[in-house]
Formats: sequence, structure tokens, C-alpha cells
Amino acid sequence: MTADVLLEKDLQAQFEERIAAGDKIEADDWMPEEYRLALIKLISMHGISEIMGALPEKEWVPKAPTLYRKLGIMAKVQDEMGHGQLLLRVAEDLIKPLGKNREDLMQDLFAGRLKFHNVFHMATKSWGDAGLIGWLVDGAAIITQTNMLNASYAPYARALQRICAEEVFHAQHGEAIILALAEGTEKQKEMVQDALNRWWEALLFFFGPPSSDTTGSTKQDITIKYKIRINTNEELRQGFLSKYIPRIQSIGLTIPDPTLRFDEETQKWIYQQPNWENFKKIQRNEGPKSQERLKLRRTSYDDTAWVREALSAQIG
Amino acid sequence: MTQKFENPVVELLFQLADDDYLFSYRGSEWLGLAPHIEEDVAFSSITQDTMGHATVYYRLLEGLGLGAADSLAHIRPAAERKNSILVERPNGEGCYMENPRYDWAYAVARSYIYTTAKKIKIDSLKSSSDQSLAEAAVKISMELYYHLLHWKTWFVQLFNATEEARNRMTKALEKVVADSGDLFSFGDAASEITNASLIESEQVLLNRWTEYVKPVFETIKVAVPTFGKPERNGRNGEHTNELQDAIDTMSEVYATDLAAAW
Ligand SMILES: [Fe+2]
Ligand SMILES: [Fe+2]
Repeated sequence: MTADVLLEKDLQAQFEERIAAGDKIEADDWMPEEYRLALIKLISMHGISEIMGALPEKEWVPKAPTLYRKLGIMAKVQDEMGHGQLLLRVAEDLIKPLGKNREDLMQDLFAGRLKFHNVFHMATKSWGDAGLIGWLVDGAAIITQTNMLNASYAPYARALQRICAEEVFHAQHGEAIILALAEGTEKQKEMVQDALNRWWEALLFFFGPPSSDTTGSTKQDITIKYKIRINTNEELRQGFLSKYIPRIQSIGLTIPDPTLRFDEETQKWIYQQPNWENFKKIQRNEGPKSQERLKLRRTSYDDTAWVREALSAQIG
Repeated sequence: MTQKFENPVVELLFQLADDDYLFSYRGSEWLGLAPHIEEDVAFSSITQDTMGHATVYYRLLEGLGLGAADSLAHIRPAAERKNSILVERPNGEGCYMENPRYDWAYAVARSYIYTTAKKIKIDSLKSSSDQSLAEAAVKISMELYYHLLHWKTWFVQLFNATEEARNRMTKALEKVVADSGDLFSFGDAASEITNASLIESEQVLLNRWTEYVKPVFETIKVAVPTFGKPERNGRNGEHTNELQDAIDTMSEVYATDLAAAW
């Protein structure tokens, strides 16, 4: 055995001890390749999802029905871009030792190597969808993100602190839109119910497959091993259902799943499994709006390439 | 042609409100499409502030009994709008929902010219004979400071960068200047507005603007533009079809039920 390998083995052991002891890892600390790659995958996907997530909501920004709502949704989408910025900076520090930068992340996105969150591949068909995204998609995001607030990687945990604080406002903003509609005219009520029917499957997809048996792969195991997250996908989904099912029902909406029930014995929600084949399609960027949104981002990125060139020419 | 209001305050408020409202709308179409993420965040903050300014003016109009602010913002047809032509122009080819091919040079040139003109007006409004206008101007000018800094930086940077950037900026500025004939106009209500000491006269403001932007134009080695007589005067409700398209989009949801609470 060479000295290098020995050293590597010691470092790995030391690192695992630190993780076990609840230590926090900083960007410049030594870390195993497996840990770095898992973080890069997780955080660059999270960052790029915030940015791609601006696109479905953005469609409704100019159309928001009142001045107050226009201001609210503008602020919300701006926050999401801000989250993207914050997270991509964390990701940039992680990929720097690999000789990569933000440009590479964008190219990875366009080439389909870097995925954006499954929920942002869906169409937003009405103002009801815009409200529902704020209320339930951001509500779901709060659940997954608070699950990582104590992540072993400190720069990510710090970014999440700020993000989660803002997500709470997003959920309130969404809930206010939904409540106004749910208490409104027949047509408005219909608008929310339609939105819920359309988004229910996507909300179940949100947390990812329950185990690798469902879709062939899940990255939850490594992230739990290294204390980046605590709970499994299914535990998070159960948490979401417990929190939101009573709220959804209390405002007079019907969840589009007649089999849905709470099982007292296992203390778990029993629900109709969504069609995981659709999920796999989204994973391959073959969801309802996958290609359109990628095209939008790619075209605008290409059309402003001259600007980035001009800026770097000036600095250089 | 649009209705002219007896009260010059109303006339001026509509011009200010519609200007900021349309400018903000065009900004909101850019969301998610800016050259980089940092700019997206900064640009949308400006867009949001500007929508806030429009809201202030529409609420003042509401207070003067002109109708609900939301209805004033959303459903007045193009012929009743008093914004300048410059702010109603689209961001480039295509609709924001489908294949937008927006021009960043145009965004920078328009924003710089519009924001400097806004600054000159806001400064003058601070000593308006109308108390609520003067108070609004003080509040708005605090945010405006950052908007000015932002657009000035872009404007100078792109003019002084690569040859391609300079060419694009030159073209964009030409387009902006061609549409700015009514930017400093108060339309048919000009004499009433100035006589009531709500704001200084068109000519005084325009001269002040020219002086104000001169140092910036010197750094980019371009002559300060002069604005010709407007082909259409937005202050009098003369607009392009592009404005009605914008109004239709902005009011798409609101117009489905004017009585509903949203
Ligand atoms: Fe977010
Ligand atoms: Fe959010």
C-alpha cells in the first residue's frame, strides 16, 4: 500500500468521525469525492431549479389580477431568482477544484446532464395554478428544505436558513391567493379545484420516489449517510400530507383521490400511487413543458451572450 | 383622443401612473431572461419598485374619486392612457410567453433614458404645489437613486465595451430617441399643469435633463440626443397597437370578473 492511499484512508476515517460527531464541513475542508459529488449534484440541482422555477410562475406575473397581487408575485419570483443565485455560488465553490464554473452548469442544464426539479416541468394554466404553486409547491419545498437545515455541509445549511425564512412568506402569499379564490365566486372556486386536480400528481412526485425499486434510482441514501438530510422521501411526503390534507379540505376543496385515507394502525396516509412512468419521463426532460422551458432559457442565454462577452472584455 | 380632465392634478397623475405602470410591465416580461442571474434579481427589484410607484399614483387618483386603483390600472383602454410612447414599446420580437427574442441593448438604453427623465421630473415634483404629489416624490426619489445608478452603470459599460456592444447600443439608443418625443411633454394639459405649479415646464425640465446626462454622454463619446416633435403624443391618448396588446395581457385575469375579489 502506498503512502498516498494510506493517507486517503485516514482522511476518510477522520471525515466520517467528524460527520458522526455532528461537525460541520466548510468549503475548504478535505472531503471524500463521494461527498463532494453528492453535494454538487444536490446543490446545483437545487440552485438551477430555483431559476427554472421562476419560468412557470413568471407567466402569471404580468397577468396578476390586482396591483397588490402584481407586487406580491413579483417579489416572490425575485426571491426565487435570489435563491438560485445564492445556491449556485455554493455550488461554484464545490466545482471549482474540478475546474468547472457557472458556465459549465448552464451547459450541463442545456445538455440534460443537470436536471431541474420535476415540479417545474408542469404547465401553469390559470391564475389558480399560480396561487397553488405558492401555497403547496412552496409548502412542499419548506418541508424538504427544513429537512436539510442542519446539513453537514455548512455553506449549504447557511443558505437554507435564509431561503427557508423567505419560503414561509411565499407559502403565505400563495395561501392568500387561494383563500381569496376559495371564498370567491363559483368560477373562482372552480379555478382552484381545477388547479388542485391538475397539480395533485405533481405534488406527490415532488418528494421523489419512495425507494429505488420504484424508478430504478434515488440519491437519498448517500445524502442520509453523510447527514446532509434526515428523512427519506416517503417520510417527507407523509409529513406534507399530514400538514396539508386537513387545510385543503377545510377550504372546501376535494382531493382528486377517492382512495385517500389515514391508516390509524400504521399512522400513515394511504394514497393512490401516482403514475411513476410520468415521473421517469420528466426525469428524462420529457415532461409536459420540459423542452419548452429549456428552450426559453437556452434562447435567452444565447441572445444575451454578447452582453456577457462585453462584460468580461471590460474586466479583462 | 383621450378625455382631458378639468383638474390638472388628475391629468398629471395619470401621466405619471401610466408611465411607471407600463415601464414596470415591460420589465416584468424580462423576468428570468436577463443576461445573468444577478441581473435578473436586480432588474426585478427595480421593476417591483416601479410597480409600487405606479400604485402610489393610482391610489392618489382613487382618493380624488376617479375610481378604484385596480380598475384604473387594469381596464382603461389604450385611448384613455397617458403614458409616453417609449414605455409601451415591446422588449423585442416575440411574446414573453412564447419564444421571446428580447434585446438587452434596448432594455438598457430605454431604462437609462426613462429613468433619467423620471429623476428630473421627480426632483421637480418635490416642490410641487400639490402636497401629496410632493410627498410621493420624496419617497420615490429614495428608490430612484439605486435605479439610476444601476442603469447608468450598464449604459456606460456596454457603450464602452466591445465593438459589437457599442454597435448594438448605438442602434438601440436611436430607437429609444425616436420614441421619446413625448417623454417630457404634458400634452394638451401642459399649460394648466405648469400654471398650477404642479411641476416645472416641459422646456425647463428638458434643459435640465440635457445638462444632467451630459457628463455620462461625454464618457461614452456620444452627443446628448435631442428629441424631435412626437409623431404621436401618448399624453393625449395617441398610442401604438402595442399598448392595447399589453393592456389585454395585464388585465386578462382581472377582466374576467370586475366585481370579484382577487
Ligand atoms: Fe425558493
Ligand atoms: Fe419559494
